[in-house]
Amino acid sequence: MSNPDTTTTPAAASGFDNDNRQSASIADSAHDYLNRLRGGDMGSLPAILGLIFLFVVFSSANDRFLTTYNMANLVVQAGSIIVLAMGIVFVLLIGEIDLSAGVAGGASATIIALMLIDYDWYWWAATLAGVAVGALIGLAIGSLVAFLGIPSFVVTLAFFLALQAVPLKLIGAGGSLRFNDPVLRGLSIKNVPDAVGWVAAIVIVVAFAALTLWRYRSLSAKGLVHQPLGLAVIQIGVLAAIVLGLTALLSVNRAPNPNLFNISGIPWVAPVVIALLLFWTFVLTKTRFGRHLYAVGGNAEAARRAGINVRRVRIMAFVICSSMAAISGLLSASYTGKVSPGSGGGNELLYAVGAAVIGGTSLFGGRGRAINAVVGGLVIATIPNGLGLLNQASYINFLVTGGVLLLAASVDAISRRRRSSAGV
Amino acid sequence: MVQPLLELRGVNKSFGVVHVLHDVDFAVYPGQVTALVGDNGAGKSTLVKIIAGIYGRDSGDYHFDGKTVEVHGPRDVAALGVEVVYQDLALCDNLDIVENMFLGREETTRLGLDEVSMETRARETLASLSVRTVKSVRQSVASLSGGQRQTVAIAKAVLWTSKVVLLDEPTAALGVAQTRQVLDLVRRLADRGLGVVLISHNMGDVLEVADRITALYLGQVAADVPAKDLTHSQIVELITAGRSGDLGIADTSATAAV
Repeated sequence: MSNPDTTTTPAAASGFDNDNRQSASIADSAHDYLNRLRGGDMGSLPAILGLIFLFVVFSSANDRFLTTYNMANLVVQAGSIIVLAMGIVFVLLIGEIDLSAGVAGGASATIIALMLIDYDWYWWAATLAGVAVGALIGLAIGSLVAFLGIPSFVVTLAFFLALQAVPLKLIGAGGSLRFNDPVLRGLSIKNVPDAVGWVAAIVIVVAFAALTLWRYRSLSAKGLVHQPLGLAVIQIGVLAAIVLGLTALLSVNRAPNPNLFNISGIPWVAPVVIALLLFWTFVLTKTRFGRHLYAVGGNAEAARRAGINVRRVRIMAFVICSSMAAISGLLSASYTGKVSPGSGGGNELLYAVGAAVIGGTSLFGGRGRAINAVVGGLVIATIPNGLGLLNQASYINFLVTGGVLLLAASVDAISRRRRSSAGV
Repeated sequence: MVQPLLELRGVNKSFGVVHVLHDVDFAVYPGQVTALVGDNGAGKSTLVKIIAGIYGRDSGDYHFDGKTVEVHGPRDVAALGVEVVYQDLALCDNLDIVENMFLGREETTRLGLDEVSMETRARETLASLSVRTVKSVRQSVASLSGGQRQTVAIAKAVLWTSKVVLLDEPTAALGVAQTRQVLDLVRRLADRGLGVVLISHNMGDVLEVADRITALYLGQVAADVPAKDLTHSQIVELITAGRSGDLGIADTSATAAV
């Protein structure tokens, strides 16, 4: 790329005509993409490559890995990690960290279970109560960080320790609460009816295609920067292949003994994750609040001078993170069928941070998307799933997951260095 | 004489026991570049921050368009049409040019951010400033050179139909070609009828582009004169000693003000 600065054009040749408004062809966009990769802007690419690598390794090592039964299992296992990671993306975006998200999920799940068991609340009321508890925790953390200026690492470490007291006090040491509400437990153990799944899948593909093409038309008609039509078509094709392919895969009877049982359909967790993904993607890319999150993560001082209420943005990021942690705790309880005092106190948080970072969210703030959590969460969930099938000792699982997290953080740090030198 | 667009009269400001500004008069005229010069600690930054509404005044009046206005914060000043481009450019590296120009003032439709309208307006503003060095308005600010960033920061100020633009050391970190671009841009802003304030240490820049020069010396106005009446060495004397020949503080203040 030539530096346009060094060539001084005569002042008469004014105008803004040198601005290229679109990539002329798919080849050009491919070239741009390669340039961005070289400049260190990797996005989710390492995670996607890692996912493919893991799938190749595990499927060649064990023929049960690629069965639809295990794939459906993987979706359910990944659900709670993905949702927690999606919350973590918001605090990472503003350059902070939330170490307490895992136990905040555990505490919220405890509240939900208590509401269901002791007070006979409806599932939705109990869920709302749990999410409200999460939001309150986030509000407390965010206020301490934003108003007192305590580093989020310290505040959330304190909350990580203190919040473990909540389930321990409410449940009692060694006890556990059953989690068998038909709807909430059903999120993990029941499936969307095949027909409904197909309709939903087709609606998603059609809506995505319509939105992409509408965007292309409105931008190109006004002569604004837009991607080439070919790229839009490819995007639609890839999304359709993934969505329809997975739907087809999960609509097959996957019971280990197909003559006795019929297990088919998309696990209910998936629509929950997809709905959250769509919602947060909209918030991040199409709302003023989302734009302000990126601004605060990129340059908080610039955001403040632009009149953005930086404190409010900071607090909201923590509120969103802890609320998502509550939903994650709910999904995790739904998967295991119980809530125990240790819920959320284990690896959940580090898995989620790992998922977000592997998926392409920067630990240094300002870069990240909701989809990062989905891709990264699948990678993180695939590791214990595949290693479990290989009957490896569980210490291997820890080693591999730790290694993957370290690798992802290194990729992030290196790509950040390259970005600052390449200036992309 | 043209009425000043923005005028401060008899401004005093103290921080604790330190009296930073003494009865400072400062005026910005439409269509003119007013250079504000002074050594470190002369009170330039304090004066700019008072104009920007970041600091309050101990005494003195704030006039805008001939009327006395009450200014209580940066938002009041922005509402008057006064924009400040700070030395450490207030841009977000991770956002693109359009996103930066509309930061904090994004336009929305019922369906969320109105990217079409924002990109169109950003493009129009850059074109009206004859900015031609930017490859695409959708490239991230991190990929811009220092001069381009300064251009974006200035364009951001202009976008909001401002009447007065204050530029704090806009060429401090730039190379020769980039300084050229920014000075051209400063001149064009004034030619459009804006009141431009240029704070600079570079006498060459000041003499080249400024119409009036206000020199501060230890918190007092040493001189407020048309730029064509001053030479390079006179400005330096005003900055370092507060006086130069019959100009300056040692004389009665009446002769210093033109």
